[in-house]
Amino acid sequence: MDYVKLIGELFLLMGSFSLFVAAVGLLRMPDVYNRVQTGTKASTLGAIMSFIGIGLLAVDHWDETNWVGRVIVLIIFILLTNPVSSHVLMRAAYAMKIPLSKVTSVDKLKEDIENKVLEEPLDE
Amino acid sequence: MNNIIIYIALIFLMLTLLAGLIRFIKGPSIVDRVVAFDSMTVTSLVVIGVIAYLSNRAIYFDVAVVYGLLSFLGVIIVAKYIQGGL
Repeated sequence: MDYVKLIGELFLLMGSFSLFVAAVGLLRMPDVYNRVQTGTKASTLGAIMSFIGIGLLAVDHWDETNWVGRVIVLIIFILLTNPVSSHVLMRAAYAMKIPLSKVTSVDKLKEDIENKVLEEPLDE
Repeated sequence: MNNIIIYIALIFLMLTLLAGLIRFIKGPSIVDRVVAFDSMTVTSLVVIGVIAYLSNRAIYFDVAVVYGLLSFLGVIIVAKYIQGGL
């Protein structure tokens, strides 16, 4: 029995389950902002765990082709780009003036806009 | 059946793609559709990785890297277009 392969398969299973939970949140959340939060944060975790699993599965192919290096490059890439895209999307949604859901009670950005503490306007 | 756990993981990934597609069709605003598309892209990166392992070809990972880069650029450009700067 190959234990490294079993651990890799379990990592892949947990990562894909986390991606599935992210998609269920994408269906059930009441608001655009909650959907952006769920759809990027949980899917980042799921993708990173899945790629760790694939890297552990292919760890005995290290000599022929550089699997693990490519997996590490992909993990770093997802870790860099996914929060940036979620931040930019949520900023664009706020600039479009999409209303918040009824259960949201705190809106710090609105207070900041009213008190004029932003360095640059939200929509240029 | 040697790698049955991988097939169970693939079933979860296909359900994820289906849920993202439902949100992509149904979503009331542009941002919903873009988020659903981004989530589907990350899921398909994982699917490409699993296919690269199952068919034992390392060059499919390069396809995944380029696909992720193009998806990131697309999301940034759509957000810039929504904000009115493009």
